[in-house]
Amino acid sequence: MSEAVQLKTSPHLRGMHSVDKIMRHVVYALLPVSLFSVMQFGLSALALIVTSVLVCVGTEHFFCKRSGTESTVSDWSAVITGLLVALILPPGFPLWMAAVAAFVSIAVGKVFFGGLGYNVFNPALVGRAFAQAAFTVPITTWTPGMAHRRFLEFIPTTLTPPFLKPDFDAFQIWVESLKIDGYSGATPLAMMKFDHIEVDTLELFLGTLASSAGESSALLILLGGLYLAFRKMLNWKIPVAVLGSAFILSGIFYLQNPEVGLPIYPSPFFTVTSGGLMLGAVFMATDMVSSPVTPVGVWIYGILIGSLTVMIRLFGGLNEGVMYAILLGNAATPLINNLTQPRIYGATRKRKEKAA
Amino acid sequence: MSHKLLDIQHFLRGTFNQGIHPPENKHFTAGKPIERLAFPPQLILPLSQHAGKPSVALVRKGQEVARGEPIARADGFVSVPLHAPASGVVKDICLMPSARGPMVESIVLDVYAGDPQEVLYGTDVDVDAIPASDLMQAVQDTGLVGLGGAAFPTHVKLSVPEGCVIDTVLINGCECEPFLTTDHRLMIEQAADLVAGTRILMKAVGAQRAIIGTEDNKLDAVEAIQAVLKPDDVVSVKAVQTKYPQGAEKMLAKALVNREIPSGNFPSAVGLGVFNVATATQIGQLLPKKQGVIERVVTVTGPGIGRPGNYIVPIGTPIRFILDALGFEGSARHLIMGGPMMGGTVSSLDTPITKGCGGLLILNEHQLTTEEQMKRYPCINCGACVDACPMMLNPCEMGRMAHKAQYETMAERYHLNDCFECGSCSYVCPAAIPLVQYFRVAKSVNRTKAAAS
Repeated sequence: MSEAVQLKTSPHLRGMHSVDKIMRHVVYALLPVSLFSVMQFGLSALALIVTSVLVCVGTEHFFCKRSGTESTVSDWSAVITGLLVALILPPGFPLWMAAVAAFVSIAVGKVFFGGLGYNVFNPALVGRAFAQAAFTVPITTWTPGMAHRRFLEFIPTTLTPPFLKPDFDAFQIWVESLKIDGYSGATPLAMMKFDHIEVDTLELFLGTLASSAGESSALLILLGGLYLAFRKMLNWKIPVAVLGSAFILSGIFYLQNPEVGLPIYPSPFFTVTSGGLMLGAVFMATDMVSSPVTPVGVWIYGILIGSLTVMIRLFGGLNEGVMYAILLGNAATPLINNLTQPRIYGATRKRKEKAA
Repeated sequence: MSHKLLDIQHFLRGTFNQGIHPPENKHFTAGKPIERLAFPPQLILPLSQHAGKPSVALVRKGQEVARGEPIARADGFVSVPLHAPASGVVKDICLMPSARGPMVESIVLDVYAGDPQEVLYGTDVDVDAIPASDLMQAVQDTGLVGLGGAAFPTHVKLSVPEGCVIDTVLINGCECEPFLTTDHRLMIEQAADLVAGTRILMKAVGAQRAIIGTEDNKLDAVEAIQAVLKPDDVVSVKAVQTKYPQGAEKMLAKALVNREIPSGNFPSAVGLGVFNVATATQIGQLLPKKQGVIERVVTVTGPGIGRPGNYIVPIGTPIRFILDALGFEGSARHLIMGGPMMGGTVSSLDTPITKGCGGLLILNEHQLTTEEQMKRYPCINCGACVDACPMMLNPCEMGRMAHKAQYETMAERYHLNDCFECGSCSYVCPAAIPLVQYFRVAKSVNRTKAAAS
């Protein structure tokens, strides 16, 4: 009998989860949303997703090599960032701009902070915020989905040569060639905010309207989220808090609508199914690294994001506020963690006095 | 698991907040009745098998001893005597390897091979006639320590601190550690002794009632105990939810009587006395005969052993002897003394079974390598540890601080000293951060610092 001695300390068992496994499953959960996006917007969406993922993974690998550390791309988190960046951009977004956004998201949003686990903000949203500031026109140019030649040709703006502005004239001609009735190039949120036209909530839920590449189908996003929550890889309290608070707050405003004329405030159903709220609530607010850990903290964080989204949408200059709401929530995370330390077992002062 | 989700009763049972559900793995031995193993040729009896001062040897080298005879006496109040687990001759009193690591003073006993090994030592007494005030001494004379693993002298727990009144005795039969089944089998097979011991404990601390608590994966034990209880008995038995670490006394107090033991206090602060079922059973068996602890039930289990089961072995039996008898072909590397969540590894197979050791877990190569190959990642703030900690501490934050060696802040602001090292945080951590291990280091550094100043 050999006497190879190895002294370890308990526990000698480990749970089933590991970081790379969690991240891999988040990717799985994002796949249906991504596939739906490709189905809806065709080649352009596919190219956008592929570009963004490749640039994210490449950037992380490059920086790891540059700093002389082991490459961390095998933990799959860069893939998630890549998918999310693509899914929150318009489907016809020029590929070179998407590459810049993806680079910024990993480089500035993640690597500069020290990599996985140290980033303060959700990297994908950092990239998107950068794109929003740098490429204001392309990021608000929406393409209609389900164009009949979508699997045969790119949306003209997609293939813009690097460092050039997209050719919007060609884009207009292309849109007109599709002969879609009543297409205004506006997303449901913009239509609501500026023209007070509310689209059908069911269509929003199923995702058949103009939107960012992956924000359209609330149903698929929810299914992905449910899968992760069921596997305990996602804190279900966060999406519930975000969507719940957004629903209630917008519901309160909805009741203030004038009885005649166009509605000023959208219905709560419209609020939770439109724009990026569902994707943000399920896949971005729940980013473990940048969300609180304390049981009370996650509720505060979720409610903060939900309410901020509604306030920005209704009273801000933008028609969409999810991104800034989540970034603000991320910024508040350390503070929330600090203020909501759990009450430990046996810590009440009253009991101590009684015992003494 | 799945059937439990449909079991409404399960959710109506008491429990504590948070905790984890590691695979139970009790099937190896839960159905195996307690068996007796042969006597080993030699026993190693450390003089320190308990928390407190080591015992003082009463025998000399070469002296013959009878089974059950006291061979070492208690040295002061927080100490217990030791009894000969077999008839034989004292070969030596010397330093021998111990489970904790260091060599400790031990009595080495050569067992007489042809001896019938009857316990001739002891006198019948009427326990009911012993006044409550003398029970503490009677319990100390048995050499009993907490058999659940802590090995704290039982009689010390019977001395109720001034100003405290104990109204309820809790008997801990949770056995929340995966794999282990000694308490489970004891409750089924020796329920009468268990209840008798419980009554003695109640009398000793002056409690009006006692509750035997067990997890609801041992409902057959509940039935067995109920069968020996009188109608309207002051002793009752209650099942709580199966969850780790339900067997911690603080968790049990919360689950059974919904009382929280204040930080830094003993259960007596909230009117409770908590004892392990094996301890109570031994009291029920030993006190009426005025005998001492000479053997205990050990679960030998795991995928790496040929004949897993629950075995009565004399205290001091070398692990190697047990494993050889049961078909073991691995090395010390595969062995865990105690359960997988809180048990320790041993440096040598010549380490003996001591009073506090209720299990030998033998893992196989596959399990060990999967464990060792877990990759370390940085903390991703997932909060799994925060949701697991039964004490509602913040292991996530403390882990980060431990990384920066801010041990004092951990103790002052994050309640480090309330951690009882159940290991739930390390178990759930997807980044494989050795959280509880960090906390052990932090506590010990703080202790050293406090002792130095």
